[in-house]
Amino acid sequence: MDMLRRTVLKGAGATGVLAGLLAAGVLKPTLAYANDWNKAAFEAKELDAALKALGAEGAAEHKDLVMKAPEIAENGAVVPIDVSSAIPNTASIAILVLKNPSPLTSVFEFSNGAMADVAVRLKVAQTSVIRAVAKADGKVYSTQKEVKVTVGGCGG
Amino acid sequence: MSMNRREFLQILAAASAAGFALNSRELLAAQGGEKLYDLPRFGNVHFLHFTDCHAQLLPIWFREPNVNIGLGGAVGKVPHIVGEQLLKTYGIQPGGREAHAFTYLDFAQAAKTYGKVGGFAHLATLVKQLRAGRPNALLLDGGDTWQGSGTALWTQGQDMVDACKLLGVDMMSPHWEFTLGHERVKQIIEKDFAGKIEFLAQNVKTTDFGDPVFKPYALREMNGVKVAVVGQAFPYTPIANPRYMVPDWTFGIQDEEMQKAVNAARGEGAQVVVVLSHNGMDVDLKMASRVTGIDAILGGHTHDGVPQPVKVQNKGGVTLVTNAGSNGKFLGVLDFDVKGGKVSDFRYKLLPVFSNLLAADKDMTALIDKIRAPYLGKLEEKLAVSEGLLYRRGNFNGSWDQLILDAMMEVKGADLAFSPGFRWGTSILPGQAITFEHVMDQTAITYPMSTLTEMTGEQIKTILEDVCDNLFNPDPYYQQGGDMVRVGGLTYACDPNAKIGSRIQDMRLGGKPLDATKKYKVAGWAPVAENAQGEPIWEVVARWLRDKKTITPRQLNTPRLIGVAGNPGLA
Repeated sequence: MDMLRRTVLKGAGATGVLAGLLAAGVLKPTLAYANDWNKAAFEAKELDAALKALGAEGAAEHKDLVMKAPEIAENGAVVPIDVSSAIPNTASIAILVLKNPSPLTSVFEFSNGAMADVAVRLKVAQTSVIRAVAKADGKVYSTQKEVKVTVGGCGG
Repeated sequence: MSMNRREFLQILAAASAAGFALNSRELLAAQGGEKLYDLPRFGNVHFLHFTDCHAQLLPIWFREPNVNIGLGGAVGKVPHIVGEQLLKTYGIQPGGREAHAFTYLDFAQAAKTYGKVGGFAHLATLVKQLRAGRPNALLLDGGDTWQGSGTALWTQGQDMVDACKLLGVDMMSPHWEFTLGHERVKQIIEKDFAGKIEFLAQNVKTTDFGDPVFKPYALREMNGVKVAVVGQAFPYTPIANPRYMVPDWTFGIQDEEMQKAVNAARGEGAQVVVVLSHNGMDVDLKMASRVTGIDAILGGHTHDGVPQPVKVQNKGGVTLVTNAGSNGKFLGVLDFDVKGGKVSDFRYKLLPVFSNLLAADKDMTALIDKIRAPYLGKLEEKLAVSEGLLYRRGNFNGSWDQLILDAMMEVKGADLAFSPGFRWGTSILPGQAITFEHVMDQTAITYPMSTLTEMTGEQIKTILEDVCDNLFNPDPYYQQGGDMVRVGGLTYACDPNAKIGSRIQDMRLGGKPLDATKKYKVAGWAPVAENAQGEPIWEVVARWLRDKKTITPRQLNTPRLIGVAGNPGLA
């Protein structure tokens, strides 16, 4: 175990915390990416509106777009989600929590053949389908999985 | 002349053979008992497996469930068959010794006939006997070993750690172990287990970087064959049990990681790969259909005493899935014949451990006596006598749980009460004294606080729906493997086939519909939240028992079930 790596990151605010701040709106992506901020998509309260603003309607399933997510969240405040796309020329990946007040959580853009593999920690308010949408060569693909958020206890 | 039970039965048998018309069940019980453990060796690779003993060092009673409903693809499938259905499925003769071990049928009477089950001293004798005929056999412990009794709680699991070392456990995988806290778990692994017992869990990682916390698998050479055992911890430990006990670790089922571990073990030359799993049987069955390269999953958690493995087909071939019951009642024996680098055939037997058919091992008896000595007065305190049978297992309620609910409601002055759907805890026969030890058998956990909380009708429904989905979600990967929360005071109907939010119906208190907005006083125990306060539940129950002295048979509060009539998991 690399203790230095751990200490440094803890000091800087671990990745999960950063993602949490993003999701909570404390740290607005606008600060970093003011020019590309898709206001309509991020502020949409409905899935359809968010997808429309993303230009991601009518997505098809693709076996090379893979999402890893827990079946049951250990902590709904920081749910680890990993999305990777091996679809050639993947240009972006967006991740949506369908039942969150604002479904769109994040959009990642890739250029110059960057590997399309992202890991985030999302706040999932209640049991919800998580959907990832990828764009490649002008086409849209998606994959999804349900993550259950439970009160816990009473097991075994 | 003093005559022990066995000698007495032998005389009876002789009398019967000589033509005396003796037709007692005692006699039937004696016959066939010896043969039970006469298990010829098969093949060249051997695993002995026990699981979910819940720290029961002494012989006990344990009644199997009469309600274990399976839905969707699991209707009428193992392990969701009970009673006569189970006997029929496995061709077990009704009324006999094995029927008693595997079912609830005629429990109190049969228990008197066949005696207690389990006990580490008796298990030790059986393990030694089997090992003598199966050189280099590995003894695997599926976990839930360091929790479930007064002595395990008071010694922080040390009693079980010492007993398992003496028993000769080679490897284990965990669940309730984690409720001793992550530091204690690490301490035991580093101090007590080092070089002796492998603690395996491929699905526990650090929350920050996903680094493995434990060894995922271990390799051994057995009779010229390289074998691997992969460990799988209970995937929902931080959800079903307090998160704060394991703050830095993340769990989950993690099929892909399992596949990697299996591939890595094969890559290191393993010709046999078994998974020592605490997933629960439904999850194991699904995992077996998705992960390839596993010869057998030796499972636990759901406490299913399954006489024969289920063969699950997957892309790579067939994986056997077993489940070996609980409370020290069974020992699974899996023999593989490995030829030309792979498994060619197998034999499996889930042996019930009948204490009066197996002499107590002297060394283990001495250790158990030593463990118990400082606590003996406390353990043996007689609190009350039970007129009825007390047991816990069942999807919706058990008479032991009803007793706990009744005690909580009365002591706390609550409108209704919740008690967790745990599957561990021993049984009490009608007329038996309830000791403090028995109460600890039902309640010994590290977060035993009893609580009284105000909840609205809506909150009550949310909790019932949530727990019910953990039990009846059609996808096993979304289940947690316990039973439904036990409910006192409140009557309700349950439609297990419905979706979450619609399963719980017709909730009534004293005949009146529950008001969604009104607040009710709800008693409970075992809160998973940190910093919860309250008197330990065993004190509440013990005080109530001392006060009552005689406990009349409990009236079980179970929901009116909808849409599951005729389910083979319902008797």
